Amino acid sequence: MRVISHPVLEDMQGAKWVEITVDGRKIVARQGESIAAALMAEGIRTMRYTPVRSEPRGVFCGIGQCSDCMVTVNGVPNVRACITPVEEGMVVETGTVQHRG
Amino acid sequence: MSHQVDVCVVGSGPSGLGAAIECARYGLGVIVLDSNLQAGGQLNKQIHKFFGSNAHRAGTRGILIAQELLEEALSLGVRVWLDSEVYSVSNDLSLQILKGVRASKVTADRAAHPCTLMCRYLVIATGASEKPALFPGWTLPGVMSAGAVQTMMNLERVLPGRNFIVVGAGNVGLIVAYQLLQAGAQVSCVVESNKEIGGYAVHAAKIRRCGVPILTETTVIRVLGIDQVEAAEIGRIGADSNRKDSDRQRICVDTVCMAVGLKPYARLASLAGCAFGYYPQLGGWVPLHDEYMMTTKQNVYVVGDASGIEEGGIAEDEGRLAGLDIALRENPWERNLDLNRNRVRERLWENRSGEYMRDKGDAKRDVISRWHNLSDPSGPYDAF
Repeated sequence: MRVISHPVLEDMQGAKWVEITVDGRKIVARQGESIAAALMAEGIRTMRYTPVRSEPRGVFCGIGQCSDCMVTVNGVPNVRACITPVEEGMVVETGTVQHRG
Repeated sequence: MSHQVDVCVVGSGPSGLGAAIECARYGLGVIVLDSNLQAGGQLNKQIHKFFGSNAHRAGTRGILIAQELLEEALSLGVRVWLDSEVYSVSNDLSLQILKGVRASKVTADRAAHPCTLMCRYLVIATGASEKPALFPGWTLPGVMSAGAVQTMMNLERVLPGRNFIVVGAGNVGLIVAYQLLQAGAQVSCVVESNKEIGGYAVHAAKIRRCGVPILTETTVIRVLGIDQVEAAEIGRIGADSNRKDSDRQRICVDTVCMAVGLKPYARLASLAGCAFGYYPQLGGWVPLHDEYMMTTKQNVYVVGDASGIEEGGIAEDEGRLAGLDIALRENPWERNLDLNRNRVRERLWENRSGEYMRDKGDAKRDVISRWHNLSDPSGPYDAF
């Protein structure tokens, strides 16, 4: 859910939008925002499952430290969604098992 | 690629920019590094008005302070390198940096530009990281740190959930709860395991006026959900609670926001070989430093939350103090500099004299004493 109007911050206007693909579905993302923000705006909060026990993980620290929010981007595994900005045409896959080692 | 500079500051929050401004004011070349894509550190998430004295811009919102500090630094000739991550520091203060990783296109051979930056003074202003609270279910999607929630709602302008519980009633928890309401979310309650609310009464009153209860001596027992948070179970933990299941209460929330404390993030100081001490009041392990913020390693300074968790105004002054100390070493005959440095030092300690900061101030005194004892083992030091 996007925060469009806000009592303190300026209204979010004039944003530029790009199109990215998430798990085969096209979504619209705000240019410059993180992959995590784009996914959460769509209500997607589970970013991956752990390799051994298949437990779900989402955005936890939001500053690139905890590695919970890793997704596969353009075929590259283990990309931290919280600190990687979206780009036009980006292909994101959530839930992919991250291989150890 | 190799670069040289007089002073390298790592971190562009209030403490880092404070240090950079004072160094540049006295003619030193300064490069500020930050791994993020935007300068300002945590100030960018602080949309509330700050407290304190006029010298600390009381009544000004954090985001504006970040802009003011950055503009001042840039106008003094400070260079700011964003998207620059320091991964190593050697004995002769040469830093290894990865530049431009985050902003580059994500490909298998993702571009990174390693470079070396040689400096004569290093200021570590790397801030803090958050402590988690551990309970069953804490790894579920929807359990988030307060910093992550703030980044999402105030910077990215995306609400990570609709109905929140906030864990921890320190200033961070209280402020985030209010900011969640401002952003249009619901906050079911704020739980605090201690008997007293940790944050300022003003912040507590603000969310209570909005109808959000603050439950003290209460904690999250577990978080329930299959693929993400669906409910939280809370319970009393005070001396008078009988810890029966009937004391527990299940509340429907989709997001748990943790605000249970910060710890100094000073890995660079560790890499540089600085001595540390453990201070619970300051968030954990902190690099020992002298009264002008120099660590046990010559010409390496640590400022802001990386030197112990306090607050934004103090962080900025610690940065300025380090900057003025460096400037004084470079310009030992400049009389005003000495006065300025002492003025900032006095202001810093005035801000630690309040009831809220007293424990932290005591810990800082001990940090400084231990620095002197290590540097001069001939006898105990008492700076105060």
